[in-house]
Amino acid sequence: MTGRRMDTSPRLPVRTWLAVFSRLFAMQGAFNYETMIGNGIAFAMEPALRRLPGGPRGPAYAAALGRHSGYFNAHPYLAAVAVGALMRAELDGVPAAQIDRFRVAAAGPLGSVGDRLVWAGWLPLCSAIALLAFGLGATPLMVLLLFLGAYNVLHVGLRVWGLSVGWTHGLRVARALDAWILRRGPAHMGRATAFVAGVALPVAAHGIIGPGRALLGTVLASVAVSAAIVTALRGKAEGWQLAIVVLLGFTIYGVAR
Amino acid sequence: MILAELLPLAPFIVLGALLGLDVVAFPQAMISRPIVAATAAGALAGNPLGGLTIGVALEFFALEAMPFGSSRYPEWGSAAVIGGVLFGRVEDGTAGALTVAVLIALVAAGIGGTSMHLLRRLNAAVARRQQARIARGSGSAVTVVQLTGLTIDLVRAGAVTALILALAVPLYDRLLATFVLTPVISRAVVVGTASAVGLAAIWKVTQSTAGARWYLLSGLLLGFGVAWGVA
Repeated sequence: MTGRRMDTSPRLPVRTWLAVFSRLFAMQGAFNYETMIGNGIAFAMEPALRRLPGGPRGPAYAAALGRHSGYFNAHPYLAAVAVGALMRAELDGVPAAQIDRFRVAAAGPLGSVGDRLVWAGWLPLCSAIALLAFGLGATPLMVLLLFLGAYNVLHVGLRVWGLSVGWTHGLRVARALDAWILRRGPAHMGRATAFVAGVALPVAAHGIIGPGRALLGTVLASVAVSAAIVTALRGKAEGWQLAIVVLLGFTIYGVAR
Repeated sequence: MILAELLPLAPFIVLGALLGLDVVAFPQAMISRPIVAATAAGALAGNPLGGLTIGVALEFFALEAMPFGSSRYPEWGSAAVIGGVLFGRVEDGTAGALTVAVLIALVAAGIGGTSMHLLRRLNAAVARRQQARIARGSGSAVTVVQLTGLTIDLVRAGAVTALILALAVPLYDRLLATFVLTPVISRAVVVGTASAVGLAAIWKVTQSTAGARWYLLSGLLLGFGVAWGVA
């Protein structure tokens, strides 16, 4: 016996990893108000659970699948962390009660961190970059490639990182959520989004309206006033709903005049 | 509109179905964002720049409602395809074209959002039906629930696209034939409305970040300077 510690961590074949990873993209396929993404978690883990003792007909597989298809909610990209950690815990034979406690504890942080990082940070930032590119005269193909390329670097990267870090740390994955990008990223993205969107808004507006300073000035002045109204009405009506009323009125005026 | 008249719209209905699926169910790569979906629809109609133009207008609106968990929000995937098709198939400079196309796309986004809400309730019913089998550890039951949800969502988005396009195409043509205001005014109203919603949305998203309002103000000044310089 050498002094080297024997590696007892379970190993998964490449095809199992590929199956789990590809299923992550359909995580919300059966999203509903009762179990949220619970079934999606079980669906993503299922190829790995087949490797439990007794295989897909064994009691361990049945118990694990039943356990993981219940209520679970998290950001769909960061749910990969939970999938990796739970797969590891099941294959390590961690007691069910401990796994259940992890499921309850992990859902909140994986939801709030993901929401701030992606929905309130990266997505509006990528949108603003694409709007600016349009305003600066980029071709349709360039705008699409810029938006989809930039957005999906983080999107796919988060899923890969999440699955990997979850599998590596198992139920002790909480320390991985202390990563710089998850702690500081949302604030930096918020400021970057504010700046880029600020630049993009008048530039993209000009891109649609076309030349003419008087018209541009009038439109942008009305935008400032209208944005204040939309902000003041928040909670009573959404901006897109107010826009329907405005555009419907304008259309009727344009047709009936 | 009879089936024969719907056939030329088939590629757009398929596109609307696929991009509507991306909003939540699969793969959430944001190919359903208006700036992408409307451009793709415009390109399919032979006018990618027209698609991008209406996509930019709709993207301002879409900044307002991000796909947060179980909240209800407009469904932009199929709506942007509808907007892209309508605006992409008319000649550049047609009076009222952008206004009416954006209006129809906004209504479609609302209808699509309601259909997603109904889909989630249907998904819950499907899951309840399979609950006993899943509790016994049936992998196939888990797969059935997931694939049923994906299929219904695909059909939902396709049906929203087909239904609204079938009604909107003749309505759009009729309205444009009688629209008398100039295209410039029409575009200015759309841009003004969309930008106001977009600006309010960015304000909402960034107000919780320390110092973000100064970044927004600096950006607006710079952007206004750039736009003013080239206008």
